[in-house]
Amino acid sequence: MRVINYWNFRDFGASIWEKANRPKRIAIAIGSIFLVGLLPFAGASFLATPIAAYDAVLVYPVGIFVLMALGLNIVVGKSGMLDLGYVAFFAIGAYTMALMGTHTHLNTWEIMPFGIGFAMLAGVLLGLPTLRLRGDYLAIVTLGFGEIVRLIALNSSWTKGPNGIANIPMPPDIGPLKFQLEDQKVFFWVVVTMIMLVIWMIRRLSIRRPGRAWEAIRQDEDAAELMGVPTLKYKIWSFTLGAAVGGAAGVLYASKNLFIAPEMFTLNVSILILSCVVFGGIGNIWGVVVGATILGYLPDRIRFISDARLLVFGTVLVVVMNFRPDGLLPRKKREKAIVKKEVNV
Amino acid sequence: MFAVLIDQFWSLTIAGVALGFIYVLISLGYTMVYGVLRMINFANSEIFMWGTFGTVVTNRDIFHYTQTSEPAKGWKLALVLISALLMSMFVAALTAVFVEFVAYRRLRMKGTNRLATLISAIGISIALQEVMRLLTASRPVGSPRVLEKIILTQIWGANIRLDTVVTVIAAAIIYFLLERFIKLSRMGKAIRAVSQNEDAAKLMGVNLNRVITMTFLVGGLATGAAGFFYVTVFEYTKFNIGFTMGLAAFTAAVLGGIGNIRGAFLGGLSLGLLEVYASAVLGTQWKAVTVFIVLVMVLLFKPNGLFGEAIQQTRA
Repeated sequence: MRVINYWNFRDFGASIWEKANRPKRIAIAIGSIFLVGLLPFAGASFLATPIAAYDAVLVYPVGIFVLMALGLNIVVGKSGMLDLGYVAFFAIGAYTMALMGTHTHLNTWEIMPFGIGFAMLAGVLLGLPTLRLRGDYLAIVTLGFGEIVRLIALNSSWTKGPNGIANIPMPPDIGPLKFQLEDQKVFFWVVVTMIMLVIWMIRRLSIRRPGRAWEAIRQDEDAAELMGVPTLKYKIWSFTLGAAVGGAAGVLYASKNLFIAPEMFTLNVSILILSCVVFGGIGNIWGVVVGATILGYLPDRIRFISDARLLVFGTVLVVVMNFRPDGLLPRKKREKAIVKKEVNV
Repeated sequence: MFAVLIDQFWSLTIAGVALGFIYVLISLGYTMVYGVLRMINFANSEIFMWGTFGTVVTNRDIFHYTQTSEPAKGWKLALVLISALLMSMFVAALTAVFVEFVAYRRLRMKGTNRLATLISAIGISIALQEVMRLLTASRPVGSPRVLEKIILTQIWGANIRLDTVVTVIAAAIIYFLLERFIKLSRMGKAIRAVSQNEDAAKLMGVNLNRVITMTFLVGGLATGAAGFFYVTVFEYTKFNIGFTMGLAAFTAAVLGGIGNIRGAFLGGLSLGLLEVYASAVLGTQWKAVTVFIVLVMVLLFKPNGLFGEAIQQTRA
């Protein structure tokens, strides 16, 4: 008989899921979606955030962070490329929304494809020349790209420079669901829907050809190339898909926040999202979701120690990484077995 | 567009060299740790920031200089400057060793993945910055003027200021000493051995832990010295200055070929000059963009950096 270690939440969750038959699985899925959907109503409980509005915190940072962390996980977790400029795609999405929303009559949902498209285009343009680099060199180039995008937004007149763009329209109502500033439940449900779509996309891709190619690239790029995997192509795909998710998150963020400025898109955001991925458990979707939720939520929850909250945040990162270096919910052992090699890559 | 550049070419060059030497010293911190651990030391920017405070505290609290007091002269000046320099180096080296101990050691012993270490370093760097922010109440801290900024002489119409001269000469000496230390001393040899091949070095009886601590210490000394020069030239510091300077210095290290000490020297100087020229031609707001574009170009066409030789691409 297999002993279930209750402290190993990933195996614990997986064992429940594996034992369940199809109707049970559907019940679990619907049940958990329902529970997550009810989260905005739990504002009066111990979950309440002291200063920021609770339902707003659920949308940004928590929801948007989860979305972006899932996108970055495609690049960092699945195909093993260190991207430190992920915020660039977020910024491109947000600025697309801001500029098109204020200059045209398109609404958020109509701008969304443009935002995703521009982010993907940026992903390809950046990926084509740079993805031949590896490891830290790729990291520093992507970091530079993120800063370039921010500095262009900061110094150009068409982005209104440091003043930022105000009066970005809200999304139009969906039937009876109204988007409001004071009550952001609908935003939260939209983010959750987008997160589910992304998770679905990643899960489908993971078990198909791209997923296998990414896994091969992550483990040993040279071996993958020799085995006939078109590595550059799949690396660009991974980069571009990650960019698409970032762009979508950006569009939604701009439309929710109604105002964006370049200082929202600093390197710190990239680093924070990367922390979410690694903190939760790199490569494992649920780990990433948990990590992003905690890191997004924690600074607002501990606002009562307002001044020292970032200090606590930094300390938590150090402590958790020291005691659980593979993250809170690490990827499966089978995939981890090869991690040893990764050390030298 | 180029009028400013041609007009003030020599004074820009002098400013660029001074800035370049500050970069050289900070990028030594990055490059040495990278050479040994193959890892970006994200906390180095905060080590630099703590170093700048070493100088401020020495000037302000130990020697009781205020914004209005007379700048020091003669022996007193030398005494204050040298103790401020030593204090900065000491504080930064201490911080660096602390960072290694808290954020790196345990993870390194476990032999876990690089990303965990990276995040751990990011965590400690956030914590270090926040501690300083709380200590200074988020305010910029001005440093009293100790070294008078007199114009020594003019060369081709450019003013040669005393603080620039001191920075360039002293930074060059410190760089030279560190380079000799790495090249000639027993510990330096061990550091180079570990950066070439960790396992082989271990088999030859090199005490890995001591070498790595030492690397952080020496990197911290260089970074701290940079902190002193920064305060001497700009006369202020703030809890968040580490970020921009660290990023630029890291770029310089990559530009020169990271992991390579000569590379840090050449990379730092070229980046300092490049930044100053670019801001003269395109305006200050575009200088960082220019720097990054140059960096991307260099990495694309010469992935080991402009002057890199030691590191193979596959190991990076």
